[in-house]
Amino acid sequence: MADGGVATLPRIEAPGGASLKRFARRRSTIAFLMTLPLIAVIGGLVVWPAGYAMHLATLNRRMTTFIGLGNFEILLESDTFRMVIFQSVFFAVTAVILKAAIGFWLAHMLHHIPANGQRKWRGMLLVPWVIPPALSTLGWWWMFEPTYSSINWILNIFAIPSVPWLGEPWWARISVIIVNVWYGAPFFMIMYLAALKSVPEQLYEAAAIDGATSWQRLRYVTLPMMRNIISITVLFSLIVTFANYDIVRVLTNGGPRDLTHVFASYAFQVGILAGNIPRGAAVSLFMFPILAIIAFFVLRGVNRRNREEA
Amino acid sequence: MSATAANATPAQGIYHKAGSLRRERRWALVTAYISLIIAAIIMLAPPFYMLLTSLKTSAEVADASGSPWWVHSPTLENYAALLGNRMFIDFFLNSAKVTIAVVALTMVISVLAAFALGRMRFWGSQFLATGVFLTYLVPDTLLFIPLYQIVGGLGLLDSAWGLVLVYPTLTVPFCTWIMIGYFASIPKELDEAALIDGANWMQMLWKIFIPVALPGIIAATIFAFTVSWAAFVYPTAFITSPAEMPMTIGVVSQLIRGDTFAWGQLMAGALLAALPPVVIYAFLMDYYIAGLTAGATKG
Repeated sequence: MADGGVATLPRIEAPGGASLKRFARRRSTIAFLMTLPLIAVIGGLVVWPAGYAMHLATLNRRMTTFIGLGNFEILLESDTFRMVIFQSVFFAVTAVILKAAIGFWLAHMLHHIPANGQRKWRGMLLVPWVIPPALSTLGWWWMFEPTYSSINWILNIFAIPSVPWLGEPWWARISVIIVNVWYGAPFFMIMYLAALKSVPEQLYEAAAIDGATSWQRLRYVTLPMMRNIISITVLFSLIVTFANYDIVRVLTNGGPRDLTHVFASYAFQVGILAGNIPRGAAVSLFMFPILAIIAFFVLRGVNRRNREEA
Repeated sequence: MSATAANATPAQGIYHKAGSLRRERRWALVTAYISLIIAAIIMLAPPFYMLLTSLKTSAEVADASGSPWWVHSPTLENYAALLGNRMFIDFFLNSAKVTIAVVALTMVISVLAAFALGRMRFWGSQFLATGVFLTYLVPDTLLFIPLYQIVGGLGLLDSAWGLVLVYPTLTVPFCTWIMIGYFASIPKELDEAALIDGANWMQMLWKIFIPVALPGIIAATIFAFTVSWAAFVYPTAFITSPAEMPMTIGVVSQLIRGDTFAWGQLMAGALLAALPPVVIYAFLMDYYIAGLTAGATKG
């Protein structure tokens, strides 16, 4: 790639329209060549598999005949899959709300303390985000383990009876959410903290002179200034949480009685473990319209606000 | 709306208000520290407990009489057993091999593309930049089944090289996106000066953009590293033989055997597997955080 550019070197200094035009032409060629690997990755590993997934989802189990929307029909009729839809939505919405709220609170608390101490606290609080989730979930699994549960041990000190964390469906659902919130809240915290720091101090001074209470400062200064970051972070987290696989796989593996499966873990079970590739592809594809609609509205809102500011 | 509030406050009220402000501020500080302490305990408890367990003998783990939150006779035997285990060392080498290859590939692809997209406007570059951002939003669990078929078709299933092929879907979009942002923040005068001096585009990228945007490049490299080290869905789907497994899936699937779990060893394995990203974070925290937040603040 570099050779093509080197050859033009002496000619750049030559004045005149013709060489300039040639230069411009060459520039777009070079630029295109530079983006070619990116186009190959996006085209070959994202766009093509996405189209291929749609094709796969319309085949029968042995991938020999076209059955149209048959896989989707079968899935929608099965109780397990309806439960998967419910569980995915419940899990993603609850976890994201909790993560956003806790992250927002922690970011505010961090912002309040003297600046020289913030680094240390921030460093400690971001640790859950740094550990690969599959591995930290192993630790949580051990903490939830029925016989030796160290969380129950602490609860027992406060005279709270032991909780069957992973044994009962609802407790298992809550456990998955707890682990996800523990893992994801620091991410929200760090995003909101960055956003808080970008709000100009003059705005708060102006608000203070106007006699605004701390609630009014939050409501009329902080939140409007942070709206874009909040929506992007929520969008990103909603997608990642909705499509989560590792926490469910390690913690419950879908159990008890397939009641904690989300789209990803169910797609894995049906598609890879049970060998029904087309139906697994169909399960994954169910995520797509939901995610696309959320992304569309969030990004439209962000764009509109950006244009208003500009 | 706040103007009326200001008018309503009488002149003496300001002094009264100043005193209450100070008290309010002190309470805010106390609340802040209490919240942070509680949060830090919760955030650090699981890794701390993993560390405790990894230092216990199997007998002490099985002993349910004492406090699980303390270790009475610490031992390094779990770590020694793992480091003497050929399979575990292979997990580490596989992870290192895949991660280094993916990071190198990602950085070349995304720096070149970001430079072209951010600096050399051409037909469709805006469209492509938007496409990069949208690809970043596609989760890996959406595409792992067709990719399983594609990787299988190439004969790369159950091979670490298959992972090198697919991991760029996790890293390239975000790295390109943040590099576009970093390159865009470099003043236009710099490249004009370089062009006048007769530099070509490659020289400009290599001699000006990469050195100036070095913090961004470090941040993107750290991101690519942590993501490929932590990747879980693809290796779980593609790799079945222990000899080809990277760390994450190796620890999760191979150290759990039978009904009696060697919890101490499992936790030691998980901690060792988590060590590289944690060490990088400990030393390069500011770059790590810059990479994390760059995507959103520029979005």
